[in-house]
Amino acid sequence: MDWLFSFPNVLKIDTNAIDSAVRAFAVSAEGVLDAISGGLGGLVGSIGWLLKHIPWPVLVLLVVLLSWQARKNVRSGILYGILFALIGAIGLWDMMIVTLSIVLASVLIALLIGLPIGILISGSDRANGIVRPILDTMQTMPVFVYLIPALLLFGMGNASAVIATVIYAIVPVIRLTSLGIRQVDKEVVEAAKAFGSTRGQLLFKVQIPQALPTIMTGVNQTLMMAMAMVVTCSMIGARGLGMEVLEAVNRIQIGRGLVAGASVVILAVILDRMTQGWFSGDEPESTKREKAGRAR
Amino acid sequence: MEDRNDTIIRVEHVSKLYGPNRTEAVRMMEAGATKDEVYQKLGCTVALWDVNLEIPRGKIFVIIGLSGSGKSTMVRCFNRLNRPSAGRVLFEEADLAAMDKTALLEFRRNKISMVFQSFGLMSHRDVLGNAAYGLEVKNEGSMRSYLGGMFGKKKRVEREKREQKAKEVLAMVGLSGWEHQSCAQLSGGMRQRVGIARALANDPEVLLMDEPFSALDPLVRRDMQFELLQIQRKLQKTVIFITHDIDEAFKLGDMVAIMRDGKVVQVDTPEEMSANPADDYVREFTGSADKSKVLTVGNIMITPSSLVRITEGPAYAIKEMRKNALSTVYVVDHQLRLKGILTIQDAIRAWNEGLTIETVVKTEVQTTTPDVLVADIMPAAAEAMYPIAVVEDDGRLQGIVTKASVLASLI
Ligand SMILES: Nc1ncnc2c1ncn2[C@@H]1O[C@H](COP(=O)(O)OP(=O)(O)OP(=O)(O)O)[C@@H](O)[C@H]1O
Ligand SMILES: [Mg+2]
Repeated sequence: MDWLFSFPNVLKIDTNAIDSAVRAFAVSAEGVLDAISGGLGGLVGSIGWLLKHIPWPVLVLLVVLLSWQARKNVRSGILYGILFALIGAIGLWDMMIVTLSIVLASVLIALLIGLPIGILISGSDRANGIVRPILDTMQTMPVFVYLIPALLLFGMGNASAVIATVIYAIVPVIRLTSLGIRQVDKEVVEAAKAFGSTRGQLLFKVQIPQALPTIMTGVNQTLMMAMAMVVTCSMIGARGLGMEVLEAVNRIQIGRGLVAGASVVILAVILDRMTQGWFSGDEPESTKREKAGRAR
Repeated sequence: MEDRNDTIIRVEHVSKLYGPNRTEAVRMMEAGATKDEVYQKLGCTVALWDVNLEIPRGKIFVIIGLSGSGKSTMVRCFNRLNRPSAGRVLFEEADLAAMDKTALLEFRRNKISMVFQSFGLMSHRDVLGNAAYGLEVKNEGSMRSYLGGMFGKKKRVEREKREQKAKEVLAMVGLSGWEHQSCAQLSGGMRQRVGIARALANDPEVLLMDEPFSALDPLVRRDMQFELLQIQRKLQKTVIFITHDIDEAFKLGDMVAIMRDGKVVQVDTPEEMSANPADDYVREFTGSADKSKVLTVGNIMITPSSLVRITEGPAYAIKEMRKNALSTVYVVDHQLRLKGILTIQDAIRAWNEGLTIETVVKTEVQTTTPDVLVADIMPAAAEAMYPIAVVEDDGRLQGIVTKASVLASLI
């Protein structure tokens, strides 16, 4: 009766074979992979270069102005400015700049890929049927699983970090772009068609503007998920605040870990508030009015 | 063109089926099954079945029917938002199905436009931006002119031109001064005015309106109906108007088509439809209408069973009245022109005293003409002692309207 209590392992998967296949691919596609990794590294580098060449008071002022605009409130503008300056005050400014450039590069790429995919699957049930399971997989797959191939293919460093972050963070912008476009009032779409809009006109003059609040929610979530990857990515060689946290953990330096961790949180909160208010701050108001008007 | 004021859109044997098993469904319908039976058995919805219509140019053509009878499906076939499963829709004798992409866009941009039940306005654009939408997509129609004009002066000129035009149509629907308001801030009636302005801005030949006033409250609705009538009479557009309100249909429609379960049951003028409903379904529909506002005296008058010439003697008049069991009779001359009314008492008095009819006839008779609405003679009919005479302009007697016939017409 023993066999009932130990599941027969009839299907023996040779994980070593997969490893060597990936390795073989890494070797044979070396040229392409190097180009990609070089490009991504370059992107992160140039964003970092740009940020480094802005004087810090200007950056702080920028945060004050942007969050003031987004929140429509001077006090929160100043509050976020002070919090931002705090990161510099505790000596983590340069690391924060590095982290920010990796996150911004990842979000940029996630949007460049995610927005068109979202638009594509909003318009085609077939494409939707193919992409959806992939998105589900990407969302449920433990992050570490694709850290390894990223590492294998692109090596330690920023390029791997960007790729892992993009894979992890791209899902919301795709989903919410598609959702937003699908949710546009059917009659409004019909009206646009009835007046002789081409597909492009329908998309750019009606569907995207109407879906914009939802799409922007997706962008915001993508940004937040990219921030959530900061520490994880330090394991494949991304420098910055994440690396600081990782080192603190490895050396069991609680204080150092807390300070760096807090900086990550502050950066995330500032980015979140700034993007949220900016795009959808006045939306609920007009949506409410829209609904009230309709009931009338 | 020869048939300039004839049919603008012709619908020939159009059917539209949704769902599975369509070939099987067609077979069942051809064998005489009903829409419900087909749906129960096959799960296939027959939204339209063998519809034939001729839409006259420059008129308001109303399509009416209960919910689910296929009205929206039909109206969306006119601008090919829907494609018929079978049959043809012809615009000025050209088959819509034969249009390629460009031709279809041109058709929608220039010939036909649409007004929607919940307005279909774009909330990210202001009133002016909505009204100008049709012109905008037309201007920027080809990618080349779009790119070429993107930064140039041409773009600005075109923009100003179409905003000018949009302002004109907004003024026509009474929205001057509201151009830069957000649509969300407008009341329902005003939003639908924007919808109508948007549809008129392209100067189309046909205006499709799918229950445009159903979402409005009754008072606003009456105003909008009135304004639509005014606009239509002024611009002479062909209007295809969908409603499920028979009063609205009869008020607006030059012609009314009544639909049931995807089929057209009757197409007629409101008067004819009220007077001669094709079947019980139509009768039930028209029965709920306020008929006195549709029917004219001409529709309900009856032929008098007896007439007396003024040259006749009183003895003949008395005999006529006895024979037909009447207490009064109308008196006419040789051209059938109405001379007055003669009561039995007066006739007997004339006979006793040897007088002619001419001397005793009552000449102050209530008269009306055949094209007067029943509603308008109702008070008079209720008061009148005698039936009301219906006369043509030249004074010839056409018929009479009794209290009883007025009441009967309302049921
Ligand atoms: N896209 C669709 N898919 C499946 N069935 C449809 C579709 N559109 C309409 N139908 C069905 O076709 C029939 C006719 O619908 P239609 O919308 O034309 O009716 P209607 O007369 O406009 O009704 P209402 O007064 O409710 O607007 C209905 O039974 C409806 O369920
Ligand atoms: Mg409908």
